[in-house]
Amino acid sequence: MSYSSDRILLSNQRESRVSRFRAWVLVLVPLAAILFQVYVPLFFQFLGYLELPLLVTVYFALMRRSPIAGLLVGASVGLVQDSLSKNPLGMFGIVKTLVGYFAASVGLRFDVDHAFVRLVLAFFFYLFHQFFYWMMTRALLGQEMIFDPQRALILGALNAVVAVSLFHFLDKLKEGA
Amino acid sequence: MAPMESLINRYRNITVLLLVILAQLMLLAVQVKNDQEVRMIRVWSVTAVTPLARVLESIRSGAFGFFQNYFLLRDVHEENRRLKADLDRLKMENVFLKTELSMADRVKALAQFQSRSPSRTLASRVIATGANSNSRLVYVDAGSAAGVQRGMGVVTPDGIVGKVLAAYPTASEVLLITDPDFAAGVISQKSQARGTLKGQGYANCKVDYVPLQVKVEVGEMFYTSGDDRIFPKGFPVGKVLAVRRGQDFLDIQVEPSGLKQGLEEVLILIEGVHQAIPEAPPSPSAPIYLAPPPPQSTPVADAAEEEDASQAAAPTLRGPLTEADRLVRRYRTIGEAQGHKFGEGLPGSRPPDFNYRPQPATAASVPAPRSTAPPAIQGSPAAPPASKPVPAAAPPPAAAPDTP
Repeated sequence: MSYSSDRILLSNQRESRVSRFRAWVLVLVPLAAILFQVYVPLFFQFLGYLELPLLVTVYFALMRRSPIAGLLVGASVGLVQDSLSKNPLGMFGIVKTLVGYFAASVGLRFDVDHAFVRLVLAFFFYLFHQFFYWMMTRALLGQEMIFDPQRALILGALNAVVAVSLFHFLDKLKEGA
Repeated sequence: MAPMESLINRYRNITVLLLVILAQLMLLAVQVKNDQEVRMIRVWSVTAVTPLARVLESIRSGAFGFFQNYFLLRDVHEENRRLKADLDRLKMENVFLKTELSMADRVKALAQFQSRSPSRTLASRVIATGANSNSRLVYVDAGSAAGVQRGMGVVTPDGIVGKVLAAYPTASEVLLITDPDFAAGVISQKSQARGTLKGQGYANCKVDYVPLQVKVEVGEMFYTSGDDRIFPKGFPVGKVLAVRRGQDFLDIQVEPSGLKQGLEEVLILIEGVHQAIPEAPPSPSAPIYLAPPPPQSTPVADAAEEEDASQAAAPTLRGPLTEADRLVRRYRTIGEAQGHKFGEGLPGSRPPDFNYRPQPATAASVPAPRSTAPPAIQGSPAAPPASKPVPAAAPPPAAAPDTP
């Protein structure tokens, strides 16, 4: 299997490389991300804008390159996140399920080890996550929720930058890394 | 099975995604309630199921309705056919009953005429018509066995019909007055013009041999003259429809009155009795019932009723009185009571007091005995005797000769 770090698009699916993680990594990292999401903003409010559970979901989905694995990771993280929030169970679950599925599907076509690809994908999936969550809140719960595109773009960029660093850190946790 | 497995493998990812999404949606729906405190899963379920149920119900009701209507229509068709048959039968019955009723009326009129007429007659029924289309012949169900003889006249209460041409044991042949061979002597009601009635082969007859100088009016009635020795004098023949001047005689068209109501029952004149020609045209054979006049409650009507009672023996104005008759009678009484004669006196002379109410005129016409005289009411003026004139302006004297 040949791999070139200069290429963004893979010529075929056989070029994609499946990353494997230990089981405790697959459990603890999402839990840590959720814990960070609910605990750290108590002390540092500005860190509340970071969507670490989303970034972890995107990372594992991209790396696993399996849509089913991606959607299961997304559903699990989302449901746990829902259970710790005031949302009804399923709101984050559905959105992150879709994110995990599409991220895994995208990971089959792109060289997800590329930093720029990770930046763009993290930015895109952040926007997708926020927009879809807003849409579901309005459609399913009938609640009025403001979606500010400009703010979403800024936060998306911020999360994308964080995602590049986070993904680089998480790469260390891969089997055989 | 292999294609199925490949299909499942091919869409495995999207299938799993949909299942997971669906499961979470269910989870969401179980928890969330809408603003009416109804769980979303109920709302979604109802929203998802009811359109399908509506479609299914539409299909089911449509299918059932179609078959039901089909069978119903078959039943309706059958019922319609049966109702039509019933309607036809009822129409037939209705026509039959109307005919029976009409026949009963005719028979009743015939019986009344038979009882009133001085002539001895024999009632019979028309049972057939002549075979020749040009001739106007009918057969009646009374023959020589019943005393019918050739040459006897045949009439109805409305007028003459024909004469017996031949009498068979059980039936008789009657030549109608519309037959060209028929002739009978007739006389007009007003001008007493004598002529001969002849058939013309169609509905109307003509009266011949009436001189040109005789005046016969349209609408005048002709009666039998008795000259032909068939019909006794005085039977109605018909009404004049048209009168034209012919070469030597008047051409008079007559509408036969005896054939106007159709011909089903007739009377054969066994022994004819001559009668006088009536002054007025014959009234319809059925007597007309006149209802009594309506009760009057006005003072004028009360006075008129009193006067009616007092003058019931008057020779004129007999029969049902109209309001005008009562007024004339009342004013005449008032005038007589006050010595006023209507039609006399110059214009501007004093008229009678029309408000004066005279005493009932029993004392004037037939004096009543004292014991039966009405008691006088104290303080009320009593009426003077009718024979004693009273000035119109002066009130009547307080005591009348026949009151205590």
